[in-house]
This record gives sequence, structure tokens and C-alpha cells, in this order.
Amino acid sequence: MLSLNHFLLLGAVLFSIGLYGALSRRNAVAILMCIELMFNAVNITLVAFARFLAPAATASQSLAPVSTVGQVFTIFVITVAAAEAAVGLAIVLAIYRTRRTISVEDVDLMKW
Amino acid sequence: MNLNLLLPEISLCVLAVVLIVIDLLLPQGRKSILGYIALVGLAFPAVFTLSLAGVQQVSFSGALVVDQVSVFFKLLFLIAAALVILSSFDYTRRLSILQGEYYALVLFATSGMMLMASTRELISIYIALEFTSITLYVLAASIRNDAKSSEAGLKYLLLGALSSGALLYGMALTFGLTGSTVLNDIASALAQRGISAAAVLGLVFIAAGFGFKIATVPFHMWAPDVYEGAPTPITAFLSVASKAAGFALVLRVFLTAFEPAEKTWLPLFMVLAAVTMTLGNFVAIRQTNIKRMLAYSSIAHAGYVLTGLAAATAGATSGMLVYLLAYTLTNLGAFIAIIAFSGQVGSDQIEDYNGLSRRAPVVSLGLAICLLSLAGVPPMAGFISKVYLFAAVFDAAAKNSGLYYLVVIALLNSAVSIFYYLRVVKAMYFGPAATEESLHTAFSLRVALSAAVAGVLIVGIYPTPVMQAASVAAQVLFH
Repeated sequence: MLSLNHFLLLGAVLFSIGLYGALSRRNAVAILMCIELMFNAVNITLVAFARFLAPAATASQSLAPVSTVGQVFTIFVITVAAAEAAVGLAIVLAIYRTRRTISVEDVDLMKW
Repeated sequence: MNLNLLLPEISLCVLAVVLIVIDLLLPQGRKSILGYIALVGLAFPAVFTLSLAGVQQVSFSGALVVDQVSVFFKLLFLIAAALVILSSFDYTRRLSILQGEYYALVLFATSGMMLMASTRELISIYIALEFTSITLYVLAASIRNDAKSSEAGLKYLLLGALSSGALLYGMALTFGLTGSTVLNDIASALAQRGISAAAVLGLVFIAAGFGFKIATVPFHMWAPDVYEGAPTPITAFLSVASKAAGFALVLRVFLTAFEPAEKTWLPLFMVLAAVTMTLGNFVAIRQTNIKRMLAYSSIAHAGYVLTGLAAATAGATSGMLVYLLAYTLTNLGAFIAIIAFSGQVGSDQIEDYNGLSRRAPVVSLGLAICLLSLAGVPPMAGFISKVYLFAAVFDAAAKNSGLYYLVVIALLNSAVSIFYYLRVVKAMYFGPAATEESLHTAFSLRVALSAAVAGVLIVGIYPTPVMQAASVAAQVLFH
């Protein structure tokens, strides 16, 4: 039987893989993909919490019962991540036009 | 639900959309009107914000809060936006930046920062933060044919997205442990259930995400590169408004939601403050490019402001607010002078500032005043705000003796910083000039610089109103 811990573990592992990839990859698009992986790890964590946690604290002014807040949060994360990816790819294109490369090692006019 | 509370942000967004539409209707060559429209239009959000002064209200189910803190920060952002727009007139024309989009994005970023300062709910915090960040990524890369500008945009975006990943993970953990996204409910849940290891992990991830925004060590690596490559008015905007917005969030989240976990984060911020200011100051000494130097100096100033959070008293918080305002005016002034120089000399290297006092005496005087204020020399704003902040931190040292050392470190650091600020002043006033040809500065830049310098001197000589506003605001955070 799957419990909350399984999903949290999956989230933690995915987050770590994404973080490792984002720090070790050299291709700008690959880094963006690894960052998406991190966002999705967060989404899994959020949805798992929302699904498994009974509405514990009867909040004084919270948005809605706990069970939906986590899912609403996830939808916002997905939306914002899409916007971020769009801007990211646009900037990568601009870099490619001037430099003919998207490797972050070659994008080094200024020292890191 | 009360839309009046949201009027400053709504009016800013409407203004930005109007700018984009007018941009489509204007023929090429007439686009410079857009800047004036943006500047004059800022009067609307300013009036709406002032009308909210003294209001203390929560709306949108706790997602929006209007109080003295948010009004203080909103006015700070509006001042910054006005000076940035004014100093962009000449800059955008010279570098052929698309003006409609540029000014609209500056306004969108400002409204994002305003939302950051007036929310106390994790989802809205995340949205406001990303709203600001994504517009700033585009602005950093807005000189499209310039390789350095695109590079700045890419580095800012990749590291920014990485840090918002960390922030989100921290938020997810905090949500899971407390069952709420509203900061006050998080605080009561944490107080009830105690601080588990997972709560500390969430706290650290959130601190990392905010640390990127305010550029503290070890999340400062983006700052020098982005500051150097981005258009200089945007660099100024990033270094003051974006940083202040980050501090607004840090204040709300740590003084409200994580207040029960104070014992965990007080030492964390104490160490961060000490390391951040020391690294910022010592690396700034070695810089030859003035934009990079001010980037490291802004890292050091983030360290000074963090000392207030390490003390976590109402007095220290009001010190942080005063310091942020003084720093905003001063740093904007310095960057406006740099825009004026680079427009004429075409260089940001400190060695090219040699003898500039004879070629452009007024702008040199303005830059000198701002740099001395950053160094903390009386009677400028930088001095009085440093005294106010460090004295408050010193007062808090009675309950936490580590703060004595922190204040000593901060004072030693201020002494070190005088060295590199004065180096630029010395180059301007005593260096040999390459030519004696005098430089012409655009009218808009002279107005912007005078406004910033006037602000620096007024706050420095008569700081009482600012201090009163700040201490009233700080009381709100401590009920």
C-alpha cells in the first residue's frame, strides 16, 4: 500500500536528480529541463500532502480546506513554470543568434 | 474582497498595458514619448498608495494585506521606478532598446514587487515573486543585439529558476507540516506542534530562495555578472527595488510564519550577515569595473541589513526599513551618475573615471556624494541609517551576546568599504584626465541625479519623518 512517505521519497529523489542535473549539465536547454524536473518534484510533494493530510488546522482565514490548497498551489506552479520556460527559451535563442552556442561554458564574456 | 486595496497594483498594470497599446500606434522616432507617459502615469499608483496609508486590512482570504509595512515598501518601489524610468530616457534611445516593452515591463515588475510587499500567504508570495523575477529576466536581456546583456539574462534566469525551485520545495514542506499556506496559521501550527527536523529543512530551503533574491552569500554569484551585463538602469532597479522586495518577504515570512522557530534562524542569519558583508566588501576592493564593484558593494549592504533580522526586534526592523530607503536613494544616485558617464565616455572601467571632476563637475559631485553616503560618511543618508540600524542591533545584544560581535564586524566592514568607495572619488578628483574636453549630460539624467542626491541629503540631515514611519511600520510586524 502506498503511503505518504513513498510519495515524499519520490519527490525528494526527483528533486535531487533535477538539482544534480541543473548543476552538472552544460547545455542551457538541458539545465532548463532539469529545473522543470525540480518543479515537478515539488508538485508531487504538494499533491501528496494535499491528498494524505486530513484538514488538520481549522484555519482562521485560510483560502479553502487544506485538501484543495495543495492542488491549487500545484496548478499555479505548473503555470508559472511554463511562463518561465518560455522566457528561458527566448533568451537561449537570443544567445544562439549572437554566439552560435548554447553551452553555458562558452557563454563566458563575464567571469561566473 | 475589497478591490480598493489593490488599486496601486491595478493602476500600474493598466498603465503598462496602455503603454503597450500606445507603442503600437506611435510612428518610429516618436517613441520617446512613452517614457514621459510612464513617468507621469506613476502619479496614479503613488496617489492610491498614499490614500492607503494608515489602513490596516486583510483581504482576499488573507492573500492580500495592506498595512504600514506594505505602504512603506510600495512608496520605496515607486520612488525607485520613477528614478529608473527617468534615467532610462537617454539610455534606451542610445542603445535602441524597444521602448514600449521596456517601460511596460518596468511597470509590471514594480507592481510585482508591490504584491510581494503586501501578501502573507505562500501561494501569493510565490506568484508575486515569479511575476517580478520573470519580468526582470526579460529586462536584463533587453539589449537584444548585445551579447553581454543576453548572457546576463540567461545567468539570471537559470540561477533564479534554480533558487525558486528550492524555495518551492521549502514551501511544500512547510505546507505539508503545518497544513496551511497562510503565514499566521503556519506560525500557530509550528508553535503547537514544535519544530521538527523537516520544518528546519523547509525553513532552510525558503531562506535559500529568498537569499538569492537579496543576494546573500552563498547565493550571490549571479549578482556581479547580471549587474555588469544588464542595461544600467535595470542594474540600478535590481540592486535596490528587487532587493528591498526580497527583504519585505524575508521580514514577513520569518517574523510571522517562522517566529516560533526563532532559535533556529537567528544564528543562521547572524552567520549569513557576517559572511555576506565581509565577502562583499573584500571582493569589491579588487574590482576594476564600477558596475561589478557596486554589485559586490550591494552584496555587502545586504549583509548590513541582515544584521537587523539577526536581532529580530522592532527597533532593528525599523532600522532595516530606514537603511533600505537610504540605500535605495543612494545606490540609485550612484547608478544614475554611472549612466551619465558611460553615455559620454562609453566605459564602465574605474580607470576611465580619472579626472572626470574637471570634465563633468556636477555629475562628479553627485557621484561623490552617493559613494560617500554608501561608505557611511556624515551628513549623508548612509551615515544616519547605519547608526540607526547598528544602534538598534546593539540594543538587542542584551538578550543575545553574539550580536556584539556582529556589530563590531559590521563597523570594521564599513571601515574597509570606505577604501574602495574613496578610490573612485580619488580617481575623479585627483586622477590625470585623458582629455580636458567637457562632457554634456542629458537633462533627464541631471534631473534624476539631483532628485536622488537631494533625497540622500534630506534623509541624512532630517531623518525624523522616515524613522517615525519606519518604526510605526515595524510595530505592525511585532503586533
